[in-house]
Amino acid sequence: MFGIFETLREKLRRTDVYKSIFRHAYQDTQRNRALQILDNVFLHLHPVRVSRHATNVGYTWGMGGITFLLFIVLTVTGVILMFYYRPAAEYAYDDMKYLMNDVAFGPLMRNMHRWAAHAMVITVMLHMFRVFLTGSYKPPRQFNWVIGVFLLTLTLFLSFTGYLLPWDQLAIWAVTVGTNMARATPLLGHEGPFGAELGMKVNNDVRFVLLGGTQVGPPTLLRFYVLHCIFLPLIGSVLMIVHFWRVRKDGGISGPESETKKN
Amino acid sequence: MDHLLGILTKPDNVPIVLMLALIIFYTTYSFRKARRNDRREGSEEADLGDKVQVWPNLVKVEFLAALVVMAILTVWSITLNAPLEQPANPSLTPNPSKAPWYFLGLQEILVYFDPWIAGVTIPTLIILGLCAIPYIDINPKGNGYYTFKERRFAILTFCFGFLVLWVSLIVLGTFFRGPGWNLFLPWQEWDTHRVVALTNIDWSELFGVPTHRVDDSLNPAAMAIGTITILAWFSLGALYYVWKRKGDVLRRLGPVRYTIIAALFLIMMALPVKIILRLVLNVKYILVTPWFNI
Repeated sequence: MFGIFETLREKLRRTDVYKSIFRHAYQDTQRNRALQILDNVFLHLHPVRVSRHATNVGYTWGMGGITFLLFIVLTVTGVILMFYYRPAAEYAYDDMKYLMNDVAFGPLMRNMHRWAAHAMVITVMLHMFRVFLTGSYKPPRQFNWVIGVFLLTLTLFLSFTGYLLPWDQLAIWAVTVGTNMARATPLLGHEGPFGAELGMKVNNDVRFVLLGGTQVGPPTLLRFYVLHCIFLPLIGSVLMIVHFWRVRKDGGISGPESETKKN
Repeated sequence: MDHLLGILTKPDNVPIVLMLALIIFYTTYSFRKARRNDRREGSEEADLGDKVQVWPNLVKVEFLAALVVMAILTVWSITLNAPLEQPANPSLTPNPSKAPWYFLGLQEILVYFDPWIAGVTIPTLIILGLCAIPYIDINPKGNGYYTFKERRFAILTFCFGFLVLWVSLIVLGTFFRGPGWNLFLPWQEWDTHRVVALTNIDWSELFGVPTHRVDDSLNPAAMAIGTITILAWFSLGALYYVWKRKGDVLRRLGPVRYTIIAALFLIMMALPVKIILRLVLNVKYILVTPWFNI
């Protein structure tokens, strides 16, 4: 019975279609395991071999990888949410109600987007905590830590700009509290030290630029929407590419020196 | 009690409870690992230095982690709805108005400092300070394994900043701050009408020097006291340098790195000092000038 399947599978692996897709044979050999990584555009971010402690969840906590997974989840659910959402003050809230009540799987998509976003802030912080505790920012990885700090900031900005989009009381007041700080920016805010002396007023300071007005209103919604859906994810993606590439170039997952010497 | 459950299970607060559990778990876990490493010859990580193939050893772990995360996320998203309150209304301010949870630590600092410090300068310094870490921590030890013994100052400082000043202030802002940003215990009903007497005084007034003169202009003596206090605080860094300049650590750091470390450290430690001054002595400002207050 199973012999038939075995023969079929063998035949399948010899077809042109199979070979054209996988580029290497199926047999479980050292060479094919290496090719599995090298010949796959998604997996070739990895080296072919790593030291055993780099696969140990107790060492890495897996937080960097989970953060990236959550970013992908957020991209997918975010695109689906964009189909149902118009970033204009007269529509935004009604679109949310529609999404939560009448769209098939709408609540699931929105919930997943929000919880994944909160989770991502947490995993980014834990990732940074782990990297600090293992001293992984030390040479040669100093600059990758700096990229990581930028990515942390971007994650917070992404979450903050997304917070406004439901356009409910929670959204508008949380963002009002957050952006009110910008009034007090030294030199650049109208209530900040030396702001008035430099000609800053409520309608020309840094907060005005951020909000597109003197208070959180329809222009702010559009501004935050564009930042949230286009600008910040793009910058984040570029920084992530650099971050991942640098992990490889700087010698992979950090490890104790004795082992680095062996390589 | 209902109130406590209400706050703990408020949809947007669930992540904070989750974060708290994870942080307590990982802190304990990593300090245990560090202690084990500190007690033995060579780290546990060094024992796992042999090479394994990424396929399947690493890819397997990644796949399982992704499965577990997706399972948790799916169950979470099915069982708990994201909050959607009344439509935005600029003329109806909720009390309390809270920033998103990850900024609540900064919002909490607003009690103790003016917005230009709490809302702008401190976040900027946090980012710059984090970026500076790899360049000011030149201790070559503890690279790639858990340890505490070999980098006490670095780990204690980071943990103080992260666990005490960031995480616990977020918890304080979420669970202990109610209407009027007044302190409430988590199980206490939020009383919107609670009146808290404003008995704040300025630092110089503790020594009998009023901030304002009779004609309401600023008192130069008070400004002098404030300025001297702040200079004295930062001169602690200089004093420590003079005291320990012959030591190995400071010689290796050099004056530039040391100045940056001392400045960042003293600014960070000024925060809990000001919190204590406010809570114990009701001190509002250390220094009042026509342009800014500290």
